[in-house]
Amino acid sequence: MMEPTPAQERIKDEQAFAHGLASRHLRGLVWERFFQAAIAIGIIALLALMFNVVNRIFGVIAVQEAIHPSELSDVPLEELTPDQLSALLVEHLPSGARVLVRDSLLGGADNYNANRTLTMGEFLPGVALPEAVAQLTLTDLQPENTQTLLVAAMDKNTLLEEAYSQVVGRDVVGSWPLTEALFNRAAIEAEVAANYPNATLQWNNWLDGQFLVDSMSNTPANTGIRTAFLGTIWVLVLTLLVAFPLGVGTAIYLEEYATGDNWLERFIETNIRNLAGVPSIIYGLLGLAIFVRALEGITQGRTLISAALTMALLILPVIIINAQEAIRAVPPSIREASYGLGATKWQTIWNQVLPAAMPGILTGTILGMSRAIGETAPLIIIGAATFIVKDPTSAVSKFTVIPIQIYNWAKQPGGQFQDIAAAGIVLLLIVLLLFNATAIILRQRFRRNLSA
Amino acid sequence: MQSELQIGQKSAVIARVLVNEADGSPRIEKRARLFDDFIRYVLLFCGIVSIFTTVGIVIVLGRESLLLFSTLDAQGQPVVTLGEFFTSTSWQPAGLKFGILPLLESTLMTSFMAMLVALPLGLGAAVYLSEYASARVQNTLKPVLEILAGIPTVVYGYFAITFMTPLLQGLFGRDTVQFYNTASAGLVMGIMILPTIASMSEDALSAVPRHLREASYGLGATKFETVSKVVLPAALSGIVAAAIVGISRAVGETMIVALAAGAGPNWTMPPNFFVAAETITGHIARISGGDLSYNSVDYNSLFALGFALFIFTLALNLISRFITNRFREAYQ
Repeated sequence: MMEPTPAQERIKDEQAFAHGLASRHLRGLVWERFFQAAIAIGIIALLALMFNVVNRIFGVIAVQEAIHPSELSDVPLEELTPDQLSALLVEHLPSGARVLVRDSLLGGADNYNANRTLTMGEFLPGVALPEAVAQLTLTDLQPENTQTLLVAAMDKNTLLEEAYSQVVGRDVVGSWPLTEALFNRAAIEAEVAANYPNATLQWNNWLDGQFLVDSMSNTPANTGIRTAFLGTIWVLVLTLLVAFPLGVGTAIYLEEYATGDNWLERFIETNIRNLAGVPSIIYGLLGLAIFVRALEGITQGRTLISAALTMALLILPVIIINAQEAIRAVPPSIREASYGLGATKWQTIWNQVLPAAMPGILTGTILGMSRAIGETAPLIIIGAATFIVKDPTSAVSKFTVIPIQIYNWAKQPGGQFQDIAAAGIVLLLIVLLLFNATAIILRQRFRRNLSA
Repeated sequence: MQSELQIGQKSAVIARVLVNEADGSPRIEKRARLFDDFIRYVLLFCGIVSIFTTVGIVIVLGRESLLLFSTLDAQGQPVVTLGEFFTSTSWQPAGLKFGILPLLESTLMTSFMAMLVALPLGLGAAVYLSEYASARVQNTLKPVLEILAGIPTVVYGYFAITFMTPLLQGLFGRDTVQFYNTASAGLVMGIMILPTIASMSEDALSAVPRHLREASYGLGATKFETVSKVVLPAALSGIVAAAIVGISRAVGETMIVALAAGAGPNWTMPPNFFVAAETITGHIARISGGDLSYNSVDYNSLFALGFALFIFTLALNLISRFITNRFREAYQ
């Protein structure tokens, strides 16, 4: 064996280096592809999520009718007056439409059985009922009273829907998502022909105007999101009224007054950071124990105000942290100029610092509000109503919100309620998108103001 | 001459405003000061509300948990001791059995599954955004992650039962995969947490000073070698903090598991990801959603579960913050 000369060794080294370099670059390339794939998977997940929802909203449904509407009336049902419609309901429904009253007006059998001695007036405090009807209990209702009650308590659209679902027996017996409707139409037709010979197939869009204005119903085709939408607005407004002053006040204190060497101030600061990481379900338990139970005298239990107070505590850290950043970004020169003109501390804050920081504060508030729009868990814990047909009228009304309805509809597997849930999701996402777009616009204006 | 006169007039005006004519004491300033002090206390009160929240959480959860542990059964024995609470493998409120293990097991299973998805993908996305992507690509992709982060969890829950579960059933067969299962909930939870980990890690990576990378290139390292041997170790504290925040979010997440993981505690050993099992949060949501009577053992048990969850997530968040603060400026 001959010793390699230095030249030979250098050549070997260079060969090894060249070989190593190629494999090092290859390894780098493989990992770069992995990093790209990671973000691609995130995007694909987002697309799949959106597609999945849209796919469920559009599609075909199979509709079946027990009696043809022409056997009931000479003119189309749509042209009947509310009086005629309610007469139709009372005439054709077993037990004189009493079950309809119980299920659609009194909150279902469970709710009725818990309060069966109440009169109609006590059940429906928000409805202007004729005196004679208001004093009757459900068992005392005669067909003619029922007819008056229905006209007073339901609008024409609801009556029409009830006539279609209860008397005509119009029933959606099956629904298929968009992709199946487009690519597998023949199989759907065969299935409908085999199982529901009287049914007809038609295109459907669950997120229609009717869905937005209808209140809840236990048939998918008639249910709507109005009550939940109003509930969401109520909760948001009440939450904002509580959380905004508290949050901005805390931020001002921490940024403008706190000196940083005080145990209380340090504790408040640390505490806020920790509260931001507490799971939302814990806030629900807090709300249940404090606002629903301990303060029942004020909040009247599971009501809008309990929900709003719980939500306010939940989004407080978000508002505070963002407001702190916005206040911190106001240049000290502005404050010094104000002091130099003889303003007091509060005059400086109120006239100079807050206006300059406001776009940033509002951005943070909107972020907090968009969190409040989507939060579901705490409201389930404090007990949002699951089935409610009455619109909220005051801060102590029973309530439901959009995400709670999505949850309730999504829980019912396989049926058309899951399509309805998809419609609710799109509505929720649109609301969120509007909120976030506002936040982004504000943020950009904020940047421009400070740099100018 | 004229200008001096003007200055003199102005000074007189200012003096009149600031000094009380009768005794010469500062007038407006004093009132404004009193108001300032008042405002100061109002603002301090706002800050203290957040302390009340924490105190409220601890008192409420602690009090109701104590009630659970002091409830006696028909024989005068406590229905559950602290030891049993943490070691029993059976949670059956109807049978007065309160062992947290089955609920904790499924909580850990869904969180594990979530981290399995979120950690590599979130970190990968962060590395791509911070090290490889051009400014234009960054500006398009970051909003996508922000959208993912802003989607309400109930929507993810819907995605789990209408998309992920059928997908898993299609892949592994309906006999293996039950409709409600922890795998589906965990995978979707991973997608939910991905943006959190990605954006926190991206912040940590961008904070690594440029000269470290340049020194690495100067020594002949390739891009990937620079990323893996210089940038990632430098940003490690931030990445670990991101991962811990991710775990804490997974443990506390409710709506996905309430919809997709199933109802009813289920102790499986060895863990089976394809069967229905209820997590701590899922159980609290299901039980409190019904008509729960106050002052019942069931009611108290929910708060005991909440307390355990609170302590667990608080510890995780404190550790995460400790790591960030302790190691933040190591490379600057």
